[in-house]
Amino acid sequence: MSESANAIQFFTGFRFSDLGFLAEAAGNTLLISVISISIGSVLGCLFGWALHVSVLARYLLGSVLDIFRSVPLIIQLLLFFNFFPILGLPLEPFAAGCIVLIFYTSALVAQVARGGIEAVPDSMRRASRSLGMSYLQDMRYVVWPIGARAMLPAWTGVALGVLKDSALVSVLGYLELLRASQILITRTQEPFIILAIVGAFYFALSYPIGKLSARLEQRWQYD
Amino acid sequence: MIELNSVNKSFGDLQVLKGIDLSVAKGEVLSVIGASGSGKSTMLYCINALEQIQGGSISVDGLDVHAKSTDINKLRQNIGMVFQQWNSFPHLTVLDNVALAPKIVLRKSADEARSIAEKQLQHVGLGDKLDTYPTRMSGGQQQRLAIARALAMEPGYMLFDEVTSALDPELVGEVLDTLRLLREDGMTMIVVTHEINFARDVSDRIAFFHQGVIEELAPAKELVNNPQRQRTQQFLSKVL
Repeated sequence: MSESANAIQFFTGFRFSDLGFLAEAAGNTLLISVISISIGSVLGCLFGWALHVSVLARYLLGSVLDIFRSVPLIIQLLLFFNFFPILGLPLEPFAAGCIVLIFYTSALVAQVARGGIEAVPDSMRRASRSLGMSYLQDMRYVVWPIGARAMLPAWTGVALGVLKDSALVSVLGYLELLRASQILITRTQEPFIILAIVGAFYFALSYPIGKLSARLEQRWQYD
Repeated sequence: MIELNSVNKSFGDLQVLKGIDLSVAKGEVLSVIGASGSGKSTMLYCINALEQIQGGSISVDGLDVHAKSTDINKLRQNIGMVFQQWNSFPHLTVLDNVALAPKIVLRKSADEARSIAEKQLQHVGLGDKLDTYPTRMSGGQQQRLAIARALAMEPGYMLFDEVTSALDPELVGEVLDTLRLLREDGMTMIVVTHEINFARDVSDRIAFFHQGVIEELAPAKELVNNPQRQRTQQFLSKVL
């Protein structure tokens, strides 16, 4: 058998149907990102509140969150994914990826949320309490709307970052965009076109987030 | 009636109020003057339980302000407070700034809260600004908004903490006029202020604070025109 015949057997060029494969992978990227960003953001806001109100939380929780913020995500993913089987609790790549990304997101959002809460001056909170509002009413009707506006740009940065960082879950074998592209590149030997297409997919996923955030920011202007 | 009995208040080692005795009757306007750091603002914060006290007691309409059993949110509904910084809620329109607390604290319907807010805003001369955002208004207008916001809770008492100190000089007048209006309405007020002439013209009595004690307490005109204590004389000669 000639060498060229071999090549034909193992490597085939990029086909139109591969786009469907990439789209499916993009769906997986979107799924893991939406889950991580939404749960991570809610958790992050709670953590941010804890950091704001409690000195103890600032030391204990703050240190734990610092670990998530400081250790490269790829190391967190590999450690976490390989640690559970040792305990006899094997995790699916998707579940492991979600859990790590959720805590990673929450660690980033916690500091953003704390900043948001602290953007509301004490004097304004005294004013709302002096009107007879309870602590929770003050949080719900004054601190949250003002703080959310203050944290929106930073939160958008975190969300876009996590969306792109979700590519790292590929190292666990989860079939998302980057992993799909590696599979296709191996088969087609056409890295340039495939990476360009994958880049376009990431752009298509990120663009609406940035656009939505910019629109909210505009609508939330104070005048 | 607001009553303070031997009230002591410290921030760490620093004692800011030293045995304050004071009572303000319904309908009375009391002005509080004195140098910065003499404890006048702190006293207002204590009356509204925004600060805790270390000794003595404060009661409002017979209710012990710092007792554990007192529902502090309920108590504050009866004591309006306006601060040096107006603290308008920037995310709400002028109307919503005023309607918020009646809606969520007094549980009025949206329509009721709106009409309360409209009435109070008209009263302080902001009837044409209902849909404006506060950041678009001058400091004087925002301070009047803060007054309307406090009045919307229909409090029995109003506390004013140097409400003109952060304003540009040309805006002071409109806020003082609003306070005069409240005086005509018969509102019971404690006004911490550096505006001595205003205090003399508008209040029934003036208390002069010096280093955490009431150095002199007398009918307004008497205290300004004919102060008895040397420290009062020195202070007045500096500010008048």
